[in-house]
Amino acid sequence: MTAHETAAISLKRTPLYEQHRALGARLVEFGGWEMPVQYSGILEEHQAVRTRAGLFDVSHMGEFKVEGQGALPFLQYLVPNDVSRLSAGQALYTQLLLPDGNTIDDLLVYRLADMHYMLVVNAANIDKDFAWVEEQAKNFKDVQVANQSDATALLALQGPAAQAILQTLTDVDLASIRYYHSVPGVVDGVNCIISRTGYTGEDGFELYCAPVDVVALWTDLLAAGKPQGLLPAGLGARDTLRLEAGYCLYDHELNEQSNPLEAGLGWTVKFDKGNFIGRDALLKIKEQGLERKLIGVELLDRGVCRVGHVIYANEHAIGSITSGGPSPTLHKNIGMGYVVIAHANVGEIVDIDIRGKHVAAQIVALPFYKRKK
Amino acid sequence: MASLNHPANLKYSKTDEWVRVEGDQAVIGITDYAQDQLGDIVYVELPWEGGQSVSRDAKFGDIESVKATSELVSPVSGEVVKVNEKLKDQPELINDDPYGEGWMLVIKMSNPAELDSLMSADEYEAYLQGR
Repeated sequence: MTAHETAAISLKRTPLYEQHRALGARLVEFGGWEMPVQYSGILEEHQAVRTRAGLFDVSHMGEFKVEGQGALPFLQYLVPNDVSRLSAGQALYTQLLLPDGNTIDDLLVYRLADMHYMLVVNAANIDKDFAWVEEQAKNFKDVQVANQSDATALLALQGPAAQAILQTLTDVDLASIRYYHSVPGVVDGVNCIISRTGYTGEDGFELYCAPVDVVALWTDLLAAGKPQGLLPAGLGARDTLRLEAGYCLYDHELNEQSNPLEAGLGWTVKFDKGNFIGRDALLKIKEQGLERKLIGVELLDRGVCRVGHVIYANEHAIGSITSGGPSPTLHKNIGMGYVVIAHANVGEIVDIDIRGKHVAAQIVALPFYKRKK
Repeated sequence: MASLNHPANLKYSKTDEWVRVEGDQAVIGITDYAQDQLGDIVYVELPWEGGQSVSRDAKFGDIESVKATSELVSPVSGEVVKVNEKLKDQPELINDDPYGEGWMLVIKMSNPAELDSLMSADEYEAYLQGR
């Protein structure tokens, strides 16, 4: 338990660092940032998001602006999903791919206005991604890209009570914002992009604003949600929530050695839209058939599976766990992992090597948890 | 850290286990500081059958919080004579009551002199300050 000593001076902090400290958060290093992993406790925060609401500071995420006449053709080439389908304010989930089809990062693309897009990328990948995006943009005319990560703060208000809480602070009709859509609007006197998106498997909103405004917004949101049981929630709950919801986490389910088809993200790869980076490689993989596939597992015996644990079938290694832990909602121990395609069958019983002990598990359909609409 | 409790009648290891001496037996658990650092504990793996011998500074089990797995390290050597079976189904007792219902093992000590190198509560708290 001595690993926490490494609070290196170079860690970045969000504008809410002092608020996190005052709330008694436990701060940890995450992707080069000093971030709250929990406030009152991961289980309590997880439960709040599933039943009421939780507020996350995710200002560490990266935001790039892509503008100009050439923005759409550029983005169509840059990512495998079909950006041309987006109406104003709409967002989609996609990836940045290498020519071999493997994944540089996963991200959201917003069409904020005509010829004006916003990419939202993982904090740990901001520099890598921006270098890639800039490099690719050189081949396109009339495209301007800018890294606005330091000029953008981001809060995620998630849970069944999110809309009711947020509505007390804005005149924007939140009910009219559909899932994966956004509108610019004033919340609590602060100019925001109000986006109906999230990473928890619950309904909720993400609010993009200027760093200078985010302290007031955070403080007032927590106060406004208090009667409804809103809690500040950290990266620990964010991880258990996204695992239950079956969402990929970069560096776990996706990385530069894995592609979106095997990660179960084929729905985000639009081969028909024209050429894009990685298209040829993915098409070949699709035609030849996947070698492995991302699956969900539920442990049938005592034990907790974690990233790196090897999955066995009949004493043969068939893959490994990419994310694992307890599911607070299902009261089971769950995990995601890649296994060879021959064994990627829902219902199949496998063994997971947990520190030398083989624990039985069942392959189950993803997601583990789906909210009732 | 002010709200954490480290009773004066216990001995403490650098790996955050506590020992309560009862004759030639040692009751072992993890400290209030340790359970607080771990957060919500969801699973603990102990030498459930009893009768095994454990060595000082050797791993005797694993503890799983929501986030991570940590090893449990024995502060004394001896034979496991009793294991807290309640923790199989209620590992949260370790969070709720680390020195009471959250106890883990009773060990019949083979070398009680090992106790001398463990810390007092004051020494342990000073040690935590330096971490």
